[in-house]
Amino acid sequence: MKKPEDIYAILKERFGEEKVALKEDVKVVPLIVVAPDAIKEVAKFLRDDDDLDFDYLMCLSGVHYQKDNTLGVTYHINSTRKKHSLTLKCIVPEENPHVQSIESVWKTANWHEREAYDMTGIIFDGHPDLRRILCPDDWDGFPLRKDYKVQEYYQGMKVPY
Amino acid sequence: MLTEFGKVFLFMLLGILVVAASMIAAWLLRPNRPSHEKLSTYECGEDPVGESWIRFNIRFYVVALMFLIFDVEVVLLFPWAVVYKDFGWYAFGAMAVFVSLIFVGFAYELGKGDLRWDKPVPRIPRYEKGVGVIEEPVRREEREEVLT
Amino acid sequence: MGLLDKQFENSNIIITSIDNLFNWARLSSLWYMQFGLACCAIEMMAAAASHYDFDRFGIIPRASPRQADVMIVAGTVTIKMGPRIKRLYEQMAEPRYVLSMGSCATCGGPYWEHGYHVLKGVDRVIPVDVYIPGCPPRPEALFEGFLKLHEKIRSESLAKKKTA
Repeated sequence: MKKPEDIYAILKERFGEEKVALKEDVKVVPLIVVAPDAIKEVAKFLRDDDDLDFDYLMCLSGVHYQKDNTLGVTYHINSTRKKHSLTLKCIVPEENPHVQSIESVWKTANWHEREAYDMTGIIFDGHPDLRRILCPDDWDGFPLRKDYKVQEYYQGMKVPY
Repeated sequence: MLTEFGKVFLFMLLGILVVAASMIAAWLLRPNRPSHEKLSTYECGEDPVGESWIRFNIRFYVVALMFLIFDVEVVLLFPWAVVYKDFGWYAFGAMAVFVSLIFVGFAYELGKGDLRWDKPVPRIPRYEKGVGVIEEPVRREEREEVLT
Repeated sequence: MGLLDKQFENSNIIITSIDNLFNWARLSSLWYMQFGLACCAIEMMAAAASHYDFDRFGIIPRASPRQADVMIVAGTVTIKMGPRIKRLYEQMAEPRYVLSMGSCATCGGPYWEHGYHVLKGVDRVIPVDVYIPGCPPRPEALFEGFLKLHEKIRSESLAKKKTA
């Protein structure tokens, strides 16, 4: 049963300051911000380490922060044996939204990353099958971005009210 | 006035006539407006893909064949069962020989494993530390089994 | 070939009697194609169950569009589902009717403003005969929808409609 600060200490020792950072000014529990090109090895370490033993990816969601013009991915992971949870975040700029895919670490991420791609347009490098999952394949735009405007017609059907 | 066969014939004729009359009446009365989309194959709303005729597993054919043989045997058993008491041990012996001959064939088939109902074997993936989830690749015989 | 289908120019006493007969026969056994998409499907099931019985009206569910007279679109229609509904409607045999059950199928429902993937009303893809408002409509409201459909069927005729 470890707290996020202890886990952060272990991660900082292993990966260094420039890859992981602790964000403490959040309402619930502190979370860890990871650099987008290091998320896969951090995830692998979190899963394989005997003390941390995170075997369950609870949720993966994509967010659009319009004020900073960035897109973010939030990971909630949990250890069913050691009974602790952790939140990770990954922030990427809007112009180049590439994040490493953690599908090879936890298989749940397969569809979650497809949904994050479909809704916010974040491209996951290394994902075996990155395509739209909820919207149809020829849909325009990414609906959960804050500046999304719905299209007028889709295959002859009028979309807005 | 009619023989028994005549009554059966009349019954069959009437059955056919009634069905034909109702179908012809329906054909005359119903609207018939075919269109290209209406005549397309039904696939729950999606575009129909592939053939409608699918290959089924050979195990159904084997079971049907065995059923046919034993069904014929039962048909031959029925008249014997009605009259065998009047003929004593001779009738019993004759039928016992017949049934045992067929039974020898059945025992041979069971022993050879022809009635083995091949259930698909579940493959449970296992988790290995440091590697992740490992799924055994589908063997060729199993894949054909699952597809047909 | 429908020998009697829309062949007659004007109605006379025989045509109207046959009309009454056919319309009565058609409305007494409206077999619906169950098209429950969302929460309205639960109310449709409740209407078909024993408390509010559909069967006493001769209405029984069929799973295939080929065997159905009426399609009850019960629930939210997403845009991905639109072409499929259209194809299923086209695969139904004449005479066919559509009942749009609930707010989502009528006008997009609670998702009319912000729902980017909701089809705002199923009448954007198929022609609808009766709209049943409600979110979800009570089983009695669904029955009233069917009674309105009965009235509509009663007014049909074998004679061709005179165009002005």
